[in-house]
Amino acid sequence: MAELPGYSGVARAVLERAGARVGDRIRIETSDGRVFEGILMPRYAIKQRPIIVIKLDNGYNIGVRVDSDARVTVVKTRETILREAAAGAPAPVPLLEEQPPPGPKPRVVVVGTGGTIASKIEYETGAVKPALTAKDLVEAVPEISFIADIEADILMNILSENMRPEYWERIVEGVARHIERGAEGVVVAHGTDTMAYTAAALSFALPGLPVPVALVGAQRSSDRPSSDAAFNLTAAVLTAAKAPFAEVVVVMHGETGDTYALAHRGTKVRKMHTSRRDAFQSINARPIAKIYPFEKRIEVIGKPLRGRGEQELRVENGFERKVALLKYYPGMESEIIDFLVERGYRGIVLEGTGLGHVGEWLIDSIKNAVEKGVVVVMTSQTLFGRVNMNVYNTGRRLLAAGVVPAEDMLPETAYVKLSWVLAHTRDPEEAKKLFRTNLAGEINDRITLDLYPRWPH
Amino acid sequence: MIPRRVNPEEIDVKALGLRAGLEIHQQLDTRHKLFCSCPTSLASEDEEKDEFIRQLRPTRSELGEVDIAALFEWRKGRLYHYHAPRRVSCLVEADEEPPHEINREAVTIGLAMAKAFGSTIVDEIYVMRKIVIDGSNTTGFQRTAIVALGGSITTPSGKKIGIQSIAVEEDAARKLGEKGRFIHYNLDRLGIPLIEISTAPDIETPEEAYETALTIGQMLRLTGKVKRGIGTIRQDLNVSIRGGVKTEIKGVQRLDLLPKIVLYEAIRQYRLLQIRDELRSRGVREEDIKSQGIVDVTDIFKDTKSKIIARALKRGGKVLAVKLPGFHGLLGVEVQPGRRFGTELADYARFWGGVGGLFHSDELPGYGITEEELNKVYERLAAEKGRDAIVLVADAEKNARKALEAVLERAAYALKGIPKETRAANDDGTTKFMRPQPGAARMYPETDIPPLEVDEDLLREAERLKPPTPQEKLRELEQRYRLGDELAKQLLRDPHLPLFEQLANRYGDKVSPKYIASILVNTLRSLAREGVPVENLSEEHIEAVVAALARGEISKDAVPDVLSYLAKNPGAGVNDAVKTLGLTRVSLEEVEAMVAEAVEALRDEIKARGMRALSKVMGRVMPKLRGRVDGKLVAELARKKIEEVLRENS
Repeated sequence: MAELPGYSGVARAVLERAGARVGDRIRIETSDGRVFEGILMPRYAIKQRPIIVIKLDNGYNIGVRVDSDARVTVVKTRETILREAAAGAPAPVPLLEEQPPPGPKPRVVVVGTGGTIASKIEYETGAVKPALTAKDLVEAVPEISFIADIEADILMNILSENMRPEYWERIVEGVARHIERGAEGVVVAHGTDTMAYTAAALSFALPGLPVPVALVGAQRSSDRPSSDAAFNLTAAVLTAAKAPFAEVVVVMHGETGDTYALAHRGTKVRKMHTSRRDAFQSINARPIAKIYPFEKRIEVIGKPLRGRGEQELRVENGFERKVALLKYYPGMESEIIDFLVERGYRGIVLEGTGLGHVGEWLIDSIKNAVEKGVVVVMTSQTLFGRVNMNVYNTGRRLLAAGVVPAEDMLPETAYVKLSWVLAHTRDPEEAKKLFRTNLAGEINDRITLDLYPRWPH
Repeated sequence: MIPRRVNPEEIDVKALGLRAGLEIHQQLDTRHKLFCSCPTSLASEDEEKDEFIRQLRPTRSELGEVDIAALFEWRKGRLYHYHAPRRVSCLVEADEEPPHEINREAVTIGLAMAKAFGSTIVDEIYVMRKIVIDGSNTTGFQRTAIVALGGSITTPSGKKIGIQSIAVEEDAARKLGEKGRFIHYNLDRLGIPLIEISTAPDIETPEEAYETALTIGQMLRLTGKVKRGIGTIRQDLNVSIRGGVKTEIKGVQRLDLLPKIVLYEAIRQYRLLQIRDELRSRGVREEDIKSQGIVDVTDIFKDTKSKIIARALKRGGKVLAVKLPGFHGLLGVEVQPGRRFGTELADYARFWGGVGGLFHSDELPGYGITEEELNKVYERLAAEKGRDAIVLVADAEKNARKALEAVLERAAYALKGIPKETRAANDDGTTKFMRPQPGAARMYPETDIPPLEVDEDLLREAERLKPPTPQEKLRELEQRYRLGDELAKQLLRDPHLPLFEQLANRYGDKVSPKYIASILVNTLRSLAREGVPVENLSEEHIEAVVAALARGEISKDAVPDVLSYLAKNPGAGVNDAVKTLGLTRVSLEEVEAMVAEAVEALRDEIKARGMRALSKVMGRVMPKLRGRVDGKLVAELARKKIEEVLRENS
């Protein structure tokens, strides 16, 4: 299978008959007399079709439809091709001619969790592989070696959407280990889809922090010239090495252009766009700092939780798995809540409407859940603003049923926080108290008028 | 010794073994761009837009290859300032959203051309990324896909030219200008579909290059699905001669310049080979050149009269010099009319060193550099006058050094022959060095776009759009519309051909197709010669005029005046033109009355001269009627009236 990825059926049979492998130069003669020659490529298309993909000499890929009468011959093996290519290749040119100035620089560890913040292209297939060592990383983004002494530690390589609480725990361990060993800042390279969740998880699990921890990702993969990866990574390394604050932040593009990055508090940040570079935004809070990677300048614009070096490292790792994040919708039935209770869930984060409401027909089930010891908290689908359950009757009834309002916390942050709280206490009442405490800057008591974006009109 | 000047008229390209291929890029007139739903029109300056600034980083292949031109731009801290008009660009052009699926309309046009060329259509179309890091693509690559391979065309003189490939690709952003580190681009053009047709190197004369481009251009226009006007079609060239190398020449916008560029490139290669042979016969060796040291001669120029050098020194720069052993006289040899071998070296100095230029001994003393200074440099470099050449660069030391290293490198290559280059066309038909030819490993799969299987639907649609060959079309024009051979040929070359067919089909029963054709190919051209801004005339304008003619609202005589009025007042309609120009139609009775009056007034003359007095009658009537009624009708009426008068007599 490894020799012919993506091929099945007739195409696979024809290729197997010829003993062809991806990377070999092949010649295809179709049964209607057409002839094509090129390097056999893997077929990435999801749809299974009797089509063979080859790379022509001019670099283009094309697909050739075959039937069982088609004839494929291997013209040159991939070993020969690679050997010849390597022999003819010029000596690699470094991106930067200058060497970083000698002398001590802050030690920064870049922890890899997945995604392709720095990657290499596989010549044969065009596939993207992550940069695995500090050397790879510095070769790809030499600017960072001017800021810090870089160490790399690839903890895992998983897609962002496959992130799970057990991985949060491993990342917390990894980050804590490097700080214990004297790292003056840690960068966590992470896929962007769930980066905000992980940022919140690190924020709660590292209640004492002497140095900054900067999560960073890329919205355009690093194999392309327009990638935001190098810009963001440089900004994140700069933050880790030089920021005057010591908290968990997400460092990503501040606007669509390559001018500055923003450092967002790990508990107040949310991915607000599917694809833009500046998808990450602080909600109900101002970002902590503007980072100018080209000028190597950090401008603090928010109120950091704590300064660099003010605290010792303190780790409170662990996340409860039996916590659900439930978005309310008009057709929601109470059986969903009953189901979670039956299945032994210990916490439910509701993403309610407006000030923090759900249909009144759910109240009995919620009350039952609370009576069974489930901690139920309320956030809002509006994201902006604070829940307030005293204004309308339904809100008051939900409060009476024992629902805990999550203030202006993001639903995702509330979910991570509740997972963390319930891993640290068995007592629902103590959990509620802990949940209502501002632990990592996740609650903003004063939301000013400016903390709401204007949409074009 | 090679003569300094080169006379293009003495060059026999066939004897040189000229081979050339063309790459024709034509914008398609599709409803949407290639990978998004934006319209395919350009924006005006005052449209609502957003702006942003980006960098592009060179990417590396697995073998460590980096595109050198891209690397230089990046190291220089080049920044791209993009202008994104909201009407014609979206997140896709801003590289803030993945591309949508490939535009099937554009693919269909590509397939239609493939059918017309008899090419082999691929079964599944893969979009590739071709790395282009000059900022003209926000992504840093151009998306391009081959839809067919092979095929051929036949030129008007009967030569068969092979087609190598047909690709559909996205156009680049429109460059607005440069300011310091910033290059400004407008995103309106980015993503407009292009078709790229690459011919085999079957072209053997400059004229064949022209005919090939003309034929392919005509066939493209015959699909009725391509954009027209300046900048909508661009030609790239590959040129080589026997013993030379394939040189790429980019961005030829004017078709009539093609033969000259082909000829001049053939000359350049021929001259470079002559220089090589001369160097060899002088016994110069590559290692003699490469081993030359770069020497600081700043002290010689501390009181120089050369403004360029003085300015460089004032800014803290240095004057560096190098000896080119055995090169005396060769730097002044023309490789193309007006371009010397020294100019070629200067191109390298500019590209690799980022300097403004260089001085070489074949042009010195001069530019304020004295004989005395020159002698001192010769002495310092241990160079021999009349044998060695020297090159000077005044700039920041680092840049000057890099520039001279590049000069040495290029000069050493002169012994090998011709370096592989991508060159840019100048307006006079010469070319200048643009960059070394990029390696083959700049093409990667576009993983954001699924491949498109070519199915029956696409092929059927393509068949419908398949253009006839120009020869077939010519026959059709002559037979169906009864156009004469000359007019039909003119029309075939004219971008208005589709408009002609539309108008002839719609109004042909009232206005003769021959007349419609002559408006398009003759009237518009003569108005343009008179300085009328005919480029302001839209197809709608022209159609309105023909329609008014068909309805009898204006006469043929009025057509040039009405068109000219509309060209000057593009916001106006035919009615406005008629009113302003006093072209209101007169009734037959009124014309008759006026003719009768004129005949009456000239009665004596008519009696004396008979029908020869017609011109007098006309001369009296027409000033009042010109443009309001067909002159032929007036003449007919006048003739009748005159006959009446003459009959009275007899």
